[in-house]
Amino acid sequence: MVIDPLPLQVAAELFPNGISRYAIGGLLVGLGVTVIYLGTGISAGASTFLESTLSYVSDQSRFQQYVSSRDWRLVFTLGIVLGAAVYAVVYQGGAWTTDVQPWRLLVGGIFVGIGTRVGKGCTSGHGVCGVGSASKTSIVGVLAFLTVAIVTAQVVAALGVSP
Amino acid sequence: MSDRHPAFMPLILVGGLIFGFGLAYSQMARPEVVLNFLQFEDFGLVFVMFGGAAVTGVTFFVAPRLLGRAPLTGDSFERRLKSFDRNVLIGGAIFGVGWGLSGICPGAAYASLGIGNITILWALAGMFLGAYAQGFWRSRSQARDAAATGAD
Repeated sequence: MVIDPLPLQVAAELFPNGISRYAIGGLLVGLGVTVIYLGTGISAGASTFLESTLSYVSDQSRFQQYVSSRDWRLVFTLGIVLGAAVYAVVYQGGAWTTDVQPWRLLVGGIFVGIGTRVGKGCTSGHGVCGVGSASKTSIVGVLAFLTVAIVTAQVVAALGVSP
Repeated sequence: MSDRHPAFMPLILVGGLIFGFGLAYSQMARPEVVLNFLQFEDFGLVFVMFGGAAVTGVTFFVAPRLLGRAPLTGDSFERRLKSFDRNVLIGGAIFGVGWGLSGICPGAAYASLGIGNITILWALAGMFLGAYAQGFWRSRSQARDAAATGAD
């Protein structure tokens, strides 16, 4: 029997699905941001779309401040949906649906909606754009949401909630 | 808005397509994969953020030096940094609770819809509800503050 050298064993344990799909996906996410930034000077995040789109139906001042960007944010989000659909057609061979329980998605979504807007950014705005521009605000923001998310997920799992 | 460059919207769409394809390819559009990461069962997801940030890092460094101004808007490439205050920590913590509970964040939720995951509409409905609640509340307190200052 051949035993893998230790580094390989550790790598297989930490990354049971390898790293290429994650790294390639991440590079493409960065490339999408790059295309928009090089052409327009805009570093696009995903969560502002929530508020800018609400400006179509609500005249609250928090939402109305995004009126000038709401149309392209809608197009950006449409692009994200379509791009993922292309992946589903080419690589996935059809639709995939989650087994995570709806109440987790709904309640979690409410916290995400509040938190990303109060905290000035999400995984793409702070995580990809902000960290990429070495913004201290974004690095602190990422550390905050990542730490709390890890604790939350571990506690929820420990309570026996699955999936 | 009508004085925008004709290529502006097509470019936004192409950027979104690549962004969404990348999110789907990275598997981040699946809440299960994110939850596995947060539960320390598969650390691969760090490469999504690092991969993305590495590319944008090069872009943000090189663009101002090579191009000067963005061709489609004429805007400069100066860094528009978000200011740091208490809200970054408070909002980040609230977002963390939501991300850890649901395994989904905004961009990944849009991509998740694209891979056919209609169940994610629960999360999207929640995100709009949450965004509306904080916007409603913060618009109110802003107006109240303005009225209080105005009365002085």
